Amino acid sequence: MKYQQDLMIEKKEFLNKNNFLLILKSRTSLPEILPGQFVNILVHDVADRLLRRPISIHDADYSSDTISVVVQKIGKATEKLSLVNEGEVLNVVFPLGNSFSVEEKRPLLVGGGVGTAPLYYLAKKYYERGIRPVVLIGARTKEQLFLIEKYSSIADVYISIEDGSAGEKGLVTDNSILQKEFSAILTCGPTPMMKAVNKEALKKNIPCYVSLENRMACGIGACLCCVSDTVNEGNVCVCTKGPVFDANDLKW
Amino acid sequence: MEDIRLNTTVGSLRLKNPVLTASGTFGFGTEYEDFLDLNTLGGFIVKGTTAEKREGNPYPRLAETPSGMINAVGLQNKGVEYFCRNIYPQIKDKNENIIVNVSGSSIEDYCKVASMINDLEGIPAIELNISCPNVKKGGMGFGVNKDMAAEVVKEVRSVYKKHLIVKLTPNVTDIVEIARACEKAGADSLSLINTLLAMAVDAEKQKPLISTVTGGLSGPCVKPVALRCVWQVSHNVDIPVIGIGGIMNATDVVEFMLVGASAVEVGTANFVNPSVCREIIEGLSDYCDRHRLNSITELIGKI
Repeated sequence: MKYQQDLMIEKKEFLNKNNFLLILKSRTSLPEILPGQFVNILVHDVADRLLRRPISIHDADYSSDTISVVVQKIGKATEKLSLVNEGEVLNVVFPLGNSFSVEEKRPLLVGGGVGTAPLYYLAKKYYERGIRPVVLIGARTKEQLFLIEKYSSIADVYISIEDGSAGEKGLVTDNSILQKEFSAILTCGPTPMMKAVNKEALKKNIPCYVSLENRMACGIGACLCCVSDTVNEGNVCVCTKGPVFDANDLKW
Repeated sequence: MEDIRLNTTVGSLRLKNPVLTASGTFGFGTEYEDFLDLNTLGGFIVKGTTAEKREGNPYPRLAETPSGMINAVGLQNKGVEYFCRNIYPQIKDKNENIIVNVSGSSIEDYCKVASMINDLEGIPAIELNISCPNVKKGGMGFGVNKDMAAEVVKEVRSVYKKHLIVKLTPNVTDIVEIARACEKAGADSLSLINTLLAMAVDAEKQKPLISTVTGGLSGPCVKPVALRCVWQVSHNVDIPVIGIGGIMNATDVVEFMLVGASAVEVGTANFVNPSVCREIIEGLSDYCDRHRLNSITELIGKI
């Protein structure tokens, strides 16, 4: 079941120059939220922008009926969204899409940029199951990192920074943690990063699950705009058959 | 509860209210069931269906543009046989006016789909799509030439016995000429407009934003063009007209009815607000209250 609700902005916090956290509160009991799912947010009064913004779920808390998202300012609508005030409401369609597996015995979670955000809820699900996952985070500079302490409370965190200003210097695929054994890689971030991560998974002969962020209109499988080409089913909607795919099923 | 003031007709089709959903924006209806009761709609028009399965165009298929969007989906669908076998049984009782949008690249294809849909008891009408800008062969090709439009309508008319809607493209010099040709060839009603041929460019990457370069523009930015087309056509044909183009709210529906539409199709707005049709129907009742209308049909063609 999907819902369309006005969610109250309980908290807005800038995590760094370009990313901000929104905690959205539902007046009713939160439906089950799975790690990897996303919400589709209507941003009001953005000059001439019409469509909702699909944003991955960073965290969900059933005790407070809140959903958290981390938004990157990249255009008019997300810029406008960064100006909302606590106490205001946003019209949100949720929860959308499929989810990451929480059944892996030794998962490696790899996030790049704002793609790190949804891995928190995923790591939390593993932590709740008694598995402290490894989270590998990549960024260009250390200023782009966010919420590292929060991740560290439930996961073993490794960092790769391109300029070497923190963690290990280089790309996530250069990180020494990749020498360790894992049962699967679960990743979200820029497509070139996920493709490179998938190559590492292929070398290790373990599955790699990737979360895509294709351009979307409806978010509910009606418009067929956000498709990705797959080996077995041809073009499928990322919003309903994804956003999480086994990398081997994708023609990319 | 049904507001009988909103009842309208499109030829033989009796609608609870003038609000239909546009093909390609509403899936098979079931995608929207979490957000509204499908049976409260005047009807809904399912995704364009072709004789054979189509993969559609490569990603990216979508570009957001000022007050609108461009799509180049390219009629991705699993073909008419799949629709009849797998989709139809699931949806047939959801509304009395489930209409199938029929697309093709040849007259034979159109006729094959139309005759198969003709056998489905729960489908009272088809919408013949001779106006899709996103397929290489056929599609809009039929809709931009009055002789070709007339020919495909005539051939489909000979195999299809129920209500035949023909969906027109605005990408023509004279839409009235095409409309008249379709009327003469046996269309029971006309729906207009399909999307406007358009393109969008990424200045940074110096490339088109969608894979096919051009696509179809929809959303509120096309409404003034659509109103003009509906006004021109409805005053020059004797069959009913269904208005389409950028409808976001009840006021927009009223505008289309004033310029001659007997009903409307809501498209892009469904993406923005999945429960928009419910809000539009409520808004029309409110309009009837405010303007003391006994029937919404009093508006049709007042301008």
